[in-house]
Amino acid sequence: MATHDPMHQFQISPILQWMPGGIDLSFTNSSLWMVIGAICSLILLGVASSRKSLVPGRIQLVGEEIYGFVENLITDNIGQKGKEYFPLIFTLFMVVIVGNMLGMVPYSFTYTSHLAVTAALALLVFFIVLIVGIIRHGAHFFHLFVPPGVPGWLLWLVVLIELVSFISRPVTLSVRLFANMVAGHVLMKVIAGFAIMFASMGGLAWAGSLLPVAFNIVMIGFEFFIAFIQAYVFAVLACIYLKDTIEIDH
Amino acid sequence: MELEAVKMLAGAIALLPLAGVALGLGKIFAAYNEAVGRNPGAADLLNKKFMFTFAVTEALGIFALLIAFYLVFA
Repeated sequence: MATHDPMHQFQISPILQWMPGGIDLSFTNSSLWMVIGAICSLILLGVASSRKSLVPGRIQLVGEEIYGFVENLITDNIGQKGKEYFPLIFTLFMVVIVGNMLGMVPYSFTYTSHLAVTAALALLVFFIVLIVGIIRHGAHFFHLFVPPGVPGWLLWLVVLIELVSFISRPVTLSVRLFANMVAGHVLMKVIAGFAIMFASMGGLAWAGSLLPVAFNIVMIGFEFFIAFIQAYVFAVLACIYLKDTIEIDH
Repeated sequence: MELEAVKMLAGAIALLPLAGVALGLGKIFAAYNEAVGRNPGAADLLNKKFMFTFAVTEALGIFALLIAFYLVFA
């Protein structure tokens, strides 16, 4: 059963072991795919912007589309003031979407399917929002938790709810991405397991495996959609959190 | 009961929230289609909001599915 275990694909195995002072800093398969992802996006964007022509070629068009997509996303959600956060949002979007898309390659490793990776990204967003808020507004930043026009006897409850929702942001942000990636990949493996089960029954039962295979083909398309949409949602939520903090106008 | 049986049962119970997610997603799809039907010009604007709310709602169902998978396989 070990080879058919759907959770096996998420196992982290060290490629180069390195443990200075008992801290595990090994180069794992997760790190390897992160490096591959970084190289892929660097090559794509590097080639796209190497020969800049007025009428874009195919690769240049891809680069321009990605740039324009993220730029639109920022101006829609933050406004013109958000332009200075473009490098941050673009990097986050590229890291997440490249990780999700590389995970769809057979026998690859999805680095966004680990809570450690997504939690690091989400905590980065959380602390950047916190630091930007405190630098921009100083002590006025804490007005974020006190909405205007709330009656005094209800204020403690509203502040408590706002505080909890602010602190739970990195949790929901990271768990959403990681759960989507894990559940999608496990679902595909489970359905593929049904196909193997039918095929190993012998006789005419192999025909029954056509149904799971057909379903899996649809699921692969859906997984590509999910891979894109989760990266989009991650970037949009980062924008919305930044906007909340930039525009404290009470 | 055996441990294996309890695991399977717990996995099934963990999937109950999918009912709520299904209702929510149905409402989102219905509202989107109705809005685009009434005002096709706003389709571009609504499409983005629709994708966002769809992904956020769908993630809740994924949470339940993930917990069920962990209960059954891990």
